[in-house]
Amino acid sequence: MTSLHIQDVSRSFGDVTALAGVSLEIRQGEFFALLGPSGCGKTTLLRILAGFESPDGGRVTLDGADLLALPPHRRPVNLMFQSYALFPHMTVAKNVAYGLERERLGRAEVRRRVHDVLETVGLTAEAGRRPHRLSGGQRQRVALARAIVKRPRVLLLDEPLSALDKKVRAEMQLELKRLQNEVGITFVVVTHDQEEAMSLADRIAVFKEGRVEQIDAPVTLYERPGTPFVADFVGANNLFTGTAGEGGVDVPGIGLLPCDADVAPGTPVLLAVRPEKVRIGEGGRLSGVVVDVSFYGGVSHVSVGVEGRSGPVLVATQGATRVTSGSPVSLGWAAGDAVLIAQ
Amino acid sequence: MRESRLLHVPFWATFVFLYAPIVVLVVYSFNAGDSPFSFEGFTFRWYGELAGNADIRTGLVNTLVVAAGSTVLSTVLGTLLAVGLARHTRSRLLDAVGLLPAVLPDLVLAIGLLVFYSAIKITLGLHSVLLAHTVFGMAFVAAVVRTRLAHADTSLEEASRDLGAGPLTTFARITLPQLAPGIAAGALLAFTLSVDEFVIAFFTAAPTEPTLPIVIYSMVRFGVTPEINALATLLLAVSFTVVIVAQRMTRLTESFS
Repeated sequence: MTSLHIQDVSRSFGDVTALAGVSLEIRQGEFFALLGPSGCGKTTLLRILAGFESPDGGRVTLDGADLLALPPHRRPVNLMFQSYALFPHMTVAKNVAYGLERERLGRAEVRRRVHDVLETVGLTAEAGRRPHRLSGGQRQRVALARAIVKRPRVLLLDEPLSALDKKVRAEMQLELKRLQNEVGITFVVVTHDQEEAMSLADRIAVFKEGRVEQIDAPVTLYERPGTPFVADFVGANNLFTGTAGEGGVDVPGIGLLPCDADVAPGTPVLLAVRPEKVRIGEGGRLSGVVVDVSFYGGVSHVSVGVEGRSGPVLVATQGATRVTSGSPVSLGWAAGDAVLIAQ
Repeated sequence: MRESRLLHVPFWATFVFLYAPIVVLVVYSFNAGDSPFSFEGFTFRWYGELAGNADIRTGLVNTLVVAAGSTVLSTVLGTLLAVGLARHTRSRLLDAVGLLPAVLPDLVLAIGLLVFYSAIKITLGLHSVLLAHTVFGMAFVAAVVRTRLAHADTSLEEASRDLGAGPLTTFARITLPQLAPGIAAGALLAFTLSVDEFVIAFFTAAPTEPTLPIVIYSMVRFGVTPEINALATLLLAVSFTVVIVAQRMTRLTESFS
């Protein structure tokens, strides 16, 4: 069952194309992420869904009903703003009650639902405070409570974690997932942070210059990137440009690199290997010199300068590594761990 | 490190230059004699005579009627003008023209209004002064509110729409409270400007219904009396109060944002 159906939506501002015909299907109850660098059109799409922008063309339906025909205040969709947009002249409780009062619900019901949602986000004690007296994390919870108390069919979140410091981020990340499970609302989150998208979402649509590059589950997106952009943008990657050959990819200046080729020999391709798939040891196809070793506790990152390649090859290893800066090493990987991407 | 005392001299000199005439005025309003050249003892006599002066009383009432009326009109129209300029037009020219009456020379506005009133055959009276004061008062209110609007967060209005409020509810519940300090400051400004406005009132008032500045002007033509000093001192007290109230208000609202 499809919940939110976006068909061929486009939007330009002057001669800047923000969206060039985007089509997406977001399922009921899904945690969906729109991921991309700034200026890729993801925020424009979010604002179209909320009703603050109109597309130049295309259709958006929610369970079959035309969403674009409704003004923002009549859509069964709520947006959590990046800046939170809390009303500074109202208390936390009034902020949360604002949307319910617009539905002309009885006072007792409004009070009960405000109380319940504040309990859910753990802000019962702050109900009487003004937003300027709250911490960043608390403000975000209020914004979230204010949006979900309306029980929208779709909750839109604009860079929900970007304004928080690292520790609070991790907390809110868990909180968002828990809430989404609890309330069962479809969440659509916009973010430029691939880690945020990967950890939160069931599925991710990667945007580039107003187009969708790939839509997949985080693990698939990471392990099987479909385009050069996705391979580069989502997580760290080692990319080699070459042509498909027998049992590998022929990279000019380096030679044949291992991979399970399933394309016709001679086709120009991009070979991508994740740093954690690269092994340091004997018998590898690549040889180089260690440029830098960084120890992060659980993992170590090793940069290896390889002749014939402009940037270093990144290697991630478990725990501490024995290699040191300046030592010559040999690099290799299992053929099945490399990904081929059509150019 | 101590600052040189020498630097304090220009500061205090400026203050003396600013306030010496006002201090003299206040002192002479309590002068027992009626000569403006020598102080002959302390008295409240002139304040008493002031209260008994029928011309001044009517002038004061007229001025308060005009100021109150034009402040209400200016505040409502000026706020709407500011919102319209900020949210519903992209024209910089319109923006500038909308706020122009605030900086137009009084004389130009006065002559223009007089010509306009006779062209549309409006009789002169308090109503014509009230409308004339609304013209520039509105521009001042719009200028103040416009500045506040420029700094206002539009995402608050979007959030309101998103939560189910229509445009009117959003304006009343979200936009107006955001603008309230600006609107109040604009209203105070319009009121004080109207109270001591002379040129435009002089042109647009009926001779039978003068405002207080016109009354004072006609009294001064025969020389400054201690009575005028007393009146000016009272006006000064009112102005000071308004300024202090306005400052308090802005400080209060600043602590909110």
